[in-house]
Amino acid sequence: MKKSGSSTTIVKKFSALVVDDDLVIQRIHKMYLNRFGFETQVVGNGKEAVDLYRSGAFFHLVLMDMEMPVMDGPKATRELRGMGVNSMIVGVTSQDGDSEKQAFMGAGLDDCYMKPLTADTITSLLQQLNMKYR
Amino acid sequence: MDRNLQRQVANMRKSLFDQGYLDEQFIQLEDLRDDANPNFVEEIVTLFYTDSAKLIRNIENALENNPSDFERLDDYMQQFKGRSSSIGAKKVKTECSQFREYCKAGNAEGCIRTFQQLKQELATLRRKLETYFEMARQANT
Repeated sequence: MKKSGSSTTIVKKFSALVVDDDLVIQRIHKMYLNRFGFETQVVGNGKEAVDLYRSGAFFHLVLMDMEMPVMDGPKATRELRGMGVNSMIVGVTSQDGDSEKQAFMGAGLDDCYMKPLTADTITSLLQQLNMKYR
Repeated sequence: MDRNLQRQVANMRKSLFDQGYLDEQFIQLEDLRDDANPNFVEEIVTLFYTDSAKLIRNIENALENNPSDFERLDDYMQQFKGRSSSIGAKKVKTECSQFREYCKAGNAEGCIRTFQQLKQELATLRRKLETYFEMARQANT
């Protein structure tokens, strides 16, 4: 990955929300997203994410962890979709079972990946966002 | 810059991968370093060890007080495996997987034995990475 710039043309400045209780994952994902030009905010559980949206915040991309205290990823995703939020919500999980991932997808995710995300995954998400918001 | 020391640092880094202590994810972390965050990898590794201490204690308590609660043990270890994956701790991840296999088999003795092995691998990796980071700092001054 080039440090001085990305091979992907960024059409606009995208915002991202990292929703994860794992401090290491928070730091890694924020670093990746900032490197790809996102303005990134971080919260530690699903309730904080929902509260942000209720207060009027909007993010183009939400990276939603599956298992979190207070409110987990599936519940937070259902709440956000129920509020009419159409941000790209991508699940990230350490669960390797298909049934858990499918249940998480069923909550309203656009996609789901194993954590931690990689540069290639972020590139792909950025391309999808460019298509969505062109 | 001391070229001999740089060579030693490069050799040490290579051995960490060749001996199976680290995997590709560590390289992904290295790729995230930049001028604004030159010590990013070391910071992440430090955060990993600090943040993992509580989870390790939870697993220890669970093994001591209720070693047959395999669902809880598996849940804890799944969390820890994910966390270990994030820094590329390959041998630690292997022990996590082995522990989860013993949970599925309902083998408490296997869990206890594997957990001891896991803690040893964690300690070994920590020592090796601390040495590596110190050498890398010296090579760059």
